[in-house]
Amino acid sequence: MTDEIDLSRLPPPEPYDEARDTAQRKRLMEAWREPPGWKIVTAVNNSYIGKWYLLTSFGFFVFAGILALMIRAQLAVPGNDLFSQQLYNQLFTLHGTAMMFLFAVPIFEAVAIIILPEILGARDLPFPRLSAFGFWCFVIGGIFVCGSIFFGVAPDGGWFMYTPLSSDPAYSGLGTDIWLLGLSFIEVSSIAAAVELIVGVLKSRPPGMRLNLMPLYCWYVLVVAGMILFAFPPLIAGDLLLEMERAFGWAFFDPDRGGDPLLWQHLFWIFGHPEVYIIFLPSIALIATMLPTFAGRPMVGHSWIVLSAVGVAFLSFGLWVHHMFTTGLPEISLSFFSAASEAVAVPTGIQIFCFIATMLVSKVRPSVPMLFAGGALAIFVFGGLTGVMVALVPFDWQAHDSYFIVAHLHYTLIGGMLFPLFAGIHYWYPFVTQKNLNARAGKWSFWLMFGGFNVAFLPMHWTGIMGMPRRVWTYDLSDGWAVLNMVSTIGAFVFAAGFAVLALNVLWPRGKAPLVKRNLWNAGTMEWAAEVPDKPWGVRSIPYIHTRYPLWEQEGLVDQIDRGEWFLPDAEEGKRELIVTDILDARPLFVQRVGGPSFLTLGAAFCLGAVFILATFHLWAITLIFGAGFIGFTLWWLWTGTSLIPEKPEKYAGRGLTLPTYAQGNRSPGWWAVFITMTGDMTAFMGLVFSYFFYWTALPDFLPSSAHLPGFGWLMLGLALLIGAWAMTTAARETLGHGQRGLAMVLLIGALPMGALGIGAWCWSAYSKGLDPTVQSFDAMVWMLILWMGLHLLLNWVMHLYVAARVKFGHCTPEYRADLMNLTLFSHFLALTAVTIFALLALFPLLMGVGP
Amino acid sequence: MRRGTLLIIPALLAGCDGRHNWLASAGAEAQRVEELFWVLLLGAAVIWGLVIGAAVYAHRRQVDPSLETQARRFILWGGAVFPTVIVGALLVWGLVILRDITADEGDLTVRVDGERWWWRVIYETPEGDVVTANEIRLPVDRTALFRLTADDVIHSFWVPALGGKMDMIPGRETTLALTPIQTGNWGGLCAEYCGGAHALMRFDAIVMEQDAFDTWLAAQAAPAQIAGDDRGFEIFQEEGCGACHTIRGTDAQGPVGPDLTHLAAREKLGAGIYDMTPETMARWITDTHEMKPDIDMPPYPDLQGDRLDRLVAFLMSLD
Repeated sequence: MTDEIDLSRLPPPEPYDEARDTAQRKRLMEAWREPPGWKIVTAVNNSYIGKWYLLTSFGFFVFAGILALMIRAQLAVPGNDLFSQQLYNQLFTLHGTAMMFLFAVPIFEAVAIIILPEILGARDLPFPRLSAFGFWCFVIGGIFVCGSIFFGVAPDGGWFMYTPLSSDPAYSGLGTDIWLLGLSFIEVSSIAAAVELIVGVLKSRPPGMRLNLMPLYCWYVLVVAGMILFAFPPLIAGDLLLEMERAFGWAFFDPDRGGDPLLWQHLFWIFGHPEVYIIFLPSIALIATMLPTFAGRPMVGHSWIVLSAVGVAFLSFGLWVHHMFTTGLPEISLSFFSAASEAVAVPTGIQIFCFIATMLVSKVRPSVPMLFAGGALAIFVFGGLTGVMVALVPFDWQAHDSYFIVAHLHYTLIGGMLFPLFAGIHYWYPFVTQKNLNARAGKWSFWLMFGGFNVAFLPMHWTGIMGMPRRVWTYDLSDGWAVLNMVSTIGAFVFAAGFAVLALNVLWPRGKAPLVKRNLWNAGTMEWAAEVPDKPWGVRSIPYIHTRYPLWEQEGLVDQIDRGEWFLPDAEEGKRELIVTDILDARPLFVQRVGGPSFLTLGAAFCLGAVFILATFHLWAITLIFGAGFIGFTLWWLWTGTSLIPEKPEKYAGRGLTLPTYAQGNRSPGWWAVFITMTGDMTAFMGLVFSYFFYWTALPDFLPSSAHLPGFGWLMLGLALLIGAWAMTTAARETLGHGQRGLAMVLLIGALPMGALGIGAWCWSAYSKGLDPTVQSFDAMVWMLILWMGLHLLLNWVMHLYVAARVKFGHCTPEYRADLMNLTLFSHFLALTAVTIFALLALFPLLMGVGP
Repeated sequence: MRRGTLLIIPALLAGCDGRHNWLASAGAEAQRVEELFWVLLLGAAVIWGLVIGAAVYAHRRQVDPSLETQARRFILWGGAVFPTVIVGALLVWGLVILRDITADEGDLTVRVDGERWWWRVIYETPEGDVVTANEIRLPVDRTALFRLTADDVIHSFWVPALGGKMDMIPGRETTLALTPIQTGNWGGLCAEYCGGAHALMRFDAIVMEQDAFDTWLAAQAAPAQIAGDDRGFEIFQEEGCGACHTIRGTDAQGPVGPDLTHLAAREKLGAGIYDMTPETMARWITDTHEMKPDIDMPPYPDLQGDRLDRLVAFLMSLD
């Protein structure tokens, strides 16, 4: 069995046999071939989805960039009437929104989907269909949000949508709903990608690649995907509260009804600040991957970099308040968050110094990617230094919301994210296309962008010092901002010209150009082991990795891979297969079969998109129909594509290794995906818990008198029933394990009415005491928590029925019961949610002395 | 665009107008930040030069693998120790300044309420509140404590030349202390995006000698002086202006819009955006939404000729 295999002492490979090699290649090709013609849209393989993701993100980048040029055109001269106030407010809102949500985060996912599996020597990510689903959600949501500007109803509340401007329908229109629902939809796809990438890094590593051997890129992906998992959910919770207030008048942000506008700022920036590092770290990851290649040696301070990346991630969740220094917070909070904000300079500094140190002990080959990396360093360090300035409270009181901040954030984002990304584009373009970019055009685009950027944004610091606030569509000549703005506008257009050169270079048809040679940069990481021209299967055989830079440090590796000497060199059953390994030591656990092309993911994404879009217009009936369609497609997808009982319990993977073909519980990627998704879900729930306590600390009379609290007895009863339902689910897992299929089904079905009675008791506890969510923030919070539980319960019911049907039709059996184990895991989280809600609604008021 | 294109030449000459400049040394609080800024700027330039210099040097020099130990030491000292010391010191200095520039009370207290898109200003005096709008006058060398509120959306009160900004948040009161040290007319702005005409939400912050300020405040406290048969005032009432605007000493007691009791004594019209002249006043009444889009005040395009002239003349007499 796997645990006994010593990977470093595998039996020698079978002697090379050309006929066998050809046959294996043919079968692999058959299994990994993508559908021809228009059916290509059903492709799910990472190389297709990744490329589409990348191009779509760049499409949104160009869109948001054009908005930026329009902004600059409007501000070029004082008193300009090129665009109206109304349109201008939409321009900057959409510019920020699209750059953040439709470019900066998706591009990380796009790049990771393209190169992560290859760096790991894997054939694909563990859930290719989930990637495809996420991609299509992103396309639909992005077009919906961006398209609104052509109908004059784009969001116009600024990209951080402060309440009450955004919460009161008197001040904001449909655009805000489009923003809230469209972006929530896109956040779903971001979280889907995060789950995919975390499981990918943890479970799809090649045999032998222990955590400490993992390339830096993978570390960054792990850290960033983890950050997405903890940063996006609070925003989703905030979106939910805000949309409930907008659509149904629930009292969350309206101070007249016990709400508080500052709650939104907290929820937004708990997301929004980590977001900055979610954008920044993946680009640093690209530099950390490219630099060793051009230096021709491993990175100096590998562990320092890993620790710093983790450190930045932790700190980034503790400094959101620096966006709120001017909201009148007490001095103690200001000091704490100012210190935390300054502290981030340290791990960031370490990463940069590791790069410089690596250059110090090597001879760096000049190249276009390194040129961009150098530009990135120059710009980003500047942005970091102004960051140190604005983290000081007194300085921020002047700089906040002025053009100084606009300059600062563009220095950090363009230096920290865009230039490294462009470096990466030049570096990995040959990997994706097997052709090379024109280096001369690369240099031209660099210098135009570098020059244009600095001309545009360096003066902007001074514009801020001269007192120009951000988000103003016009100014007067007498304000003294005219010259600076004109210079910035010229710079912006030069920058755009530079990008146009880059875009032309990338999109230039190179049909007849010669293919590049394999591993043309002489890199050490696994993605460059790919054959030229490339093959859809990624690697010919999945190697045993025992070094950080395998192509440098494992002699003859590429030949061994090519000759099929390593694992899974064949696709005997015509299935797409990956090796799943354990988290710490990457010992092979089992052979995972992943889904191939499918229209189901497309259908599910389309229906879910329709749900969010129709809900924006309050077309509830059709929304429900598409909601049912979404559930239908998803169940169909799961039924036909997941937890399939294999035709044989294990298979030979090569080199004396025989692996199971099925896994359940924490050996299976699916279980981890549920675990990670539910961690994100709990984080969103924690956003609600945070809101509850925020109200309690901010408003002295948040807790009502005992007569107005939800009934204690009913809450208690409800909890007992919900826990009972959970116990039945758990018992179903055990009974099925003992072969009692009938009893398991009874327990699964029986959990439904039990849960229904439980949530019913909770609704009654609030309803019977006359709690009205449109009247008071406490009431709204109570109903929100009950609603949260109720929605999860609904989902849980669908899953119960699904698993019961799987048991009934023999797809979920005593030996193969991954579905039921995943359902139980989901239910554990639900039980935890129920207990927490009970504690908030019943015990906490009791503790505060207002109980029954 | 056409208007703008013509203005570009004078714009080049007018580049250094310092009405909103943080570095104008017009306020004690701004001055503290200014000191901080110059040190930060100099420090940032030096550090940037060192880091980029190190990168260029590392790139150019010949390979010497024996440097590896030194390279690690370089990471430790340059990447960890140095930034820790620098930001630690800055943090302490920043917090000291913060303590110095915040105050719980001042020599005078001014309540400012942010509205969409103008400022309701209330001076607290021993004789009672004095209400005005869109113009704040302050005595030089006295600390004014601003108590800031808003009742529609979040705004932010900012006079860059005098000091930092503070948000005005519905449901809360925030405070800000400003101590002007130079007389002059300084610009005030709304710094937090508040929708619609955010860009046109301005005010004048006029710093005066104490005597002049006292005279001004006394004048502001007095009700309007209107002749009983002023035809302009009758038109004002006929058109319903008094439903929204207050003119103290008359029946016009509308609480919605800016108090107009001493309108003509202000330097600017429309919340700090137009010079107070009969021409702009007339246009403000007839073409309101061209002058300032999205505002609640309805335009009166039918008010023309003699009727308009008289109304304008009346308004311009409110000093």
